[in-house]
Amino acid sequence: MTQETIIIGLAGILAASAPIVFAVLGETLSERAGVINLSMNGTILLSAMGGFAVAYTTNNIVLGFLTGMLIGALVALIVAFASITLNQSQVAVGFVLALTCRDLSYFLGNPYMGLPGPRLQALPIPFLSDIPIIGALFFRQDAITYISFIAIILVWVWVYRTRPGLMLQGIGEKPAAAYIRGANVNLMRYVYTIIGGALIGLAGPAFSLASRAGWMGTISGLDGFGWIALSITIFGGWNPARAAFGAYLFGFLQWLGLVLQPVLTQVPSQVLQVAPFPLMILTLLLVNIGNAEWVDRTLAAMPERTRKFFAKLLRAMRASPPASLGVPFERD
Amino acid sequence: MLKSRFSGLLFQLIALALSFGVVSLILISIDASPSEAFRNMFKGSFGEMRKFAEVLVAFVPLLLVTAGLLVTFSAGLWNIGVEGQVVLGAIATTWVYRYFLESDLPPALIITLAILGGMIGGAIWAAFTGILKVFGGVNEIFGGLGLNFVATALTIYLIFGPWKRPGVASMSGTIPFPDEFSLPLIENLRISPWALGIALIAIIIVFFLLQGTYFGLKLKAVGKNFRAAYLLGIPTWQYSMYSFLICGALAGLAGAMQVAAVYHRLIPSISSGYGYLGLMVAMLINYQAIWAIPVALFFAALNIGSIQLPIVMKLDSSLSGVLQGVLVLFALLVEGARQKFIKKGQNT
Repeated sequence: MTQETIIIGLAGILAASAPIVFAVLGETLSERAGVINLSMNGTILLSAMGGFAVAYTTNNIVLGFLTGMLIGALVALIVAFASITLNQSQVAVGFVLALTCRDLSYFLGNPYMGLPGPRLQALPIPFLSDIPIIGALFFRQDAITYISFIAIILVWVWVYRTRPGLMLQGIGEKPAAAYIRGANVNLMRYVYTIIGGALIGLAGPAFSLASRAGWMGTISGLDGFGWIALSITIFGGWNPARAAFGAYLFGFLQWLGLVLQPVLTQVPSQVLQVAPFPLMILTLLLVNIGNAEWVDRTLAAMPERTRKFFAKLLRAMRASPPASLGVPFERD
Repeated sequence: MLKSRFSGLLFQLIALALSFGVVSLILISIDASPSEAFRNMFKGSFGEMRKFAEVLVAFVPLLLVTAGLLVTFSAGLWNIGVEGQVVLGAIATTWVYRYFLESDLPPALIITLAILGGMIGGAIWAAFTGILKVFGGVNEIFGGLGLNFVATALTIYLIFGPWKRPGVASMSGTIPFPDEFSLPLIENLRISPWALGIALIAIIIVFFLLQGTYFGLKLKAVGKNFRAAYLLGIPTWQYSMYSFLICGALAGLAGAMQVAAVYHRLIPSISSGYGYLGLMVAMLINYQAIWAIPVALFFAALNIGSIQLPIVMKLDSSLSGVLQGVLVLFALLVEGARQKFIKKGQNT
């Protein structure tokens, strides 16, 4: 492989991962506030279909992206309303929406199947795109990929470097304390779930109007990405930067599967496509195992040196969810 | 008044009416006639004996999966991995059949072994989720989802790899088994009374397990309050594992039925989404085993009835999924609203 093909491959990964980046950022924001939006898989499909349909009918690609965001926000609103206002299980409502939105996208998207629609074109940035390697990697992408780069930075800065972001962390970790300090916990949960939902909804058109342009119904190959994004959010330990890294890692693994296909002719292509999943489970295991009780007990029985080593190792990998994730907040 | 059983039923009827209303609106929005669509779906599922038999074919795995999920839900577990457990049941059944393909054992014995193999296969796959949860701290939703994808990949690998048809491998699955390996079917119909009987017995056993045994009581204690159950001396993690194993075995049984009574081979989409659909049924019946039979039958009828839609009305058959989903969604929302009313009533 020449250097050029590698750079083109890597630039392709950055573009192909943009939808997953939006999805994990959105889910991270929502879960940071304490709400699991499990509907992601359906939301992405419905917004991909809706975004494509609107862009196709109006011939306006921006309108397509806005439609996707609107769909994501609306689905998130249902999750928020059912869980925060009506006290229903977030997991139950989210799961039902995941299936319903998926079927709805196939049902409503039927007339749009296989139509040649608008697609975002690459938008090289003058001067910057001429920088060797870096230019080809980062500055010859399409608009939505640039927005995905900016979104990572914005969300990270918001969560870790601003006052409202600090409050957001508080709402997820200790809602009672945040409430005492003047935060309207449930209102904030609504707001972050809806904003997060809009970001998740951006993932759909980022597929159907850019990296995988068009709508192909059940064979679009988009079914499943939402579930992956959900596990990447955990892999990211609710840190936007680490979550985005997880999204790129997943993109890299998928690309690797494609590249290796001609080499590993024995293995059917469908198997290589799902190869990231066992790896995802493994990483989830590594991230979570430090939280298990028996690990603490085993560690305590170990000699001092070994214990310190393993404890350090586990702490480096470990990610704990926001303490109030999935727990309704009631002031009393 | 709102607390009574009558109000619960009333609210559920409201949910039913709302969902049919919303789906009608969706149909009107794309210039399709709701009444025509619903009529076609009804005709497509109950119109002829042959079609009703198809409904029962779908009803069997759905009821088995629902029965299993009632056990995990009782233990407070969200066994989303049930879909993969159905697949592994089908794979294990196929494996046993292939193993005895040339043997002289009586077919009835081979069928029995194959079905038992399916149950073990499903239980082992469920045990993975359980072990990940209990010892690895991995939430059962994420472990289960990942394993679902692995199960699908395994199926495709087997169909295109070691178990491929002589000549060329294809998406139509492995080579079909000889007729004597099939559970006996009713003449001219595709439904096996044995499969139907097994599914009904399974739900009855689960009903009594949860309602009438000490085991069921402990399981529910673990599900309601894990910490309190632990402090009361119930071995909580063992109970979590038991519930995974039982659910996995029943899901595996569903997969076994798909192979032994319906397809007679392994196909890529062997689970047909019945695992996920079972989760919907369990949620809609609010985890009450007694309602499992009518609701699973209704959902199976919607699935089969919608097959007509693309042919007769040029509508996508996913309408059944939309209707099922909207129905469960409204059931949850309406139940939430009812509880809210009750609370308000108590406060004033």
